[in-house]
Amino acid sequence: MEDKNQAYFEKYDKTTHLLGRIISIVTLALLLGAPFAIGGYLGAMPDLGAVAKGFLSIGIVWMVSSIAEYLIYTPMLGAGGSYLAFITGNLINMKIPCAMNAKDLVGAKSGTKENEIISTLSIATASLVTILVLALGVALLIPLQPILQSPTLQPAFDSVVPALFGAMAYKYFRGHMNIAVYPLVFMSVLFMLLPSLVANTSMMIIPSGALAIFVAYRLYKKESETKE
Amino acid sequence: MSILSQLNSPVLYLICGGIILFVALVCVLFLVRAYRAGLAIGMDKTKMKRTITSSATFAVLPSVGILLGVIALSGSLGTPWPWLRLSVIGALHYETSVADAAAQAVGIGHLSGAAMTAKAFSTIALLMSVCIMWGMVFATFFTKKYTKKLSGSQSAEGGKKSGIAGFGDMAMTAMFIGLISAYIGSYLGDFISNGGLFSFGGSWLPLAVVAVSALAMAGFLWLKEKKKMDWVDNFSIAGSMLVGMVAAIFLGKL
Repeated sequence: MEDKNQAYFEKYDKTTHLLGRIISIVTLALLLGAPFAIGGYLGAMPDLGAVAKGFLSIGIVWMVSSIAEYLIYTPMLGAGGSYLAFITGNLINMKIPCAMNAKDLVGAKSGTKENEIISTLSIATASLVTILVLALGVALLIPLQPILQSPTLQPAFDSVVPALFGAMAYKYFRGHMNIAVYPLVFMSVLFMLLPSLVANTSMMIIPSGALAIFVAYRLYKKESETKE
Repeated sequence: MSILSQLNSPVLYLICGGIILFVALVCVLFLVRAYRAGLAIGMDKTKMKRTITSSATFAVLPSVGILLGVIALSGSLGTPWPWLRLSVIGALHYETSVADAAAQAVGIGHLSGAAMTAKAFSTIALLMSVCIMWGMVFATFFTKKYTKKLSGSQSAEGGKKSGIAGFGDMAMTAMFIGLISAYIGSYLGDFISNGGLFSFGGSWLPLAVVAVSALAMAGFLWLKEKKKMDWVDNFSIAGSMLVGMVAAIFLGKL
């Protein structure tokens, strides 16, 4: 039975990579083709010289950031989840916390078959909800605009990310305060002394994550030695 | 016809809507395949259904936040393009800054509907795509090898260390703790040193929202663990966020 499951999962995994690659290439072609299609309709094709110049001035930063995101998030998401997450975007503010929350709810372990399935289900569902909410929002843009842009509600919508990380912080820190205290103190002091780094918070995830992993590894080694 | 009317024309809705529909179908395909694979390898149906329910509720509030990004960009880029960018590959915190930097690169100054031209728009749209496509490019070329390497190292680790959960799982949790710490640290640093070192001139609101939603989460977990109300777990993140966001409305007035 276990062998049959293993064979099925291996086939599923192989097809996931094949589908993921084909769909990513098609999506890339569509995304890069759309500005030309729109340019054709508007009678003004993109200025490729300006695109190259713009890419050299701003695109390189995003490219480096994308490499970091790719290396950090792929192990969390597994194969199916990664392909979907990189196609649908909004990783930090939605997909990663959503997949981690789902993994936590069902108790799946990283790198297992169960985690691969849970992560894919979670990201596919979250992406569909976003697509649906945006489609409804765009359809109702005119009647909804006064509500969504009301100055009274503005602080609430400006606080989506802090509200998300506050909730996640309690959930993750309480069981791992011995790990969390190091990156939290280090990052707080660093941002206090170099406030200009606030504009590059997404890049600062790398040293913060590296420190947390280092502390976790030391604790893991210590625990292993105690058990032995 | 003004440039914004052209950018909101049915043809643009058709182009952008078609791509979004394609991505929605891809999501359905991955969802169905994963569900079937889960059943085939003997996973508990309840766990999978719980994942779908919790992820759907989790995604609603951030999606409304993303919709605001569409609205914010629609004044200068029309509605269809931001709708596409924030439904596919885009990210709320990147999109506005990339679009603004792209506008400067094409020479129309800052992003604005008044200064927009058809050529500037198609150039900005292409530059936005080129700048943010790299995650997908890396996923296409390296995910197969990368995930194989990761699963190989995890099984080797598991083989050596019996009785203790593999470090891979702990490393992922630690990475996530690092991510949260970076953001909370940035709110604290911004509050304390924005406008001069230790001047306390920045906004305290994000920190207050973090505290309120963390307290709300503590309440939800108390209900789950002490009152045995397991069902609240599915809504704990969305509920805590909602409490934090509502608190921001009142705290913002102080």
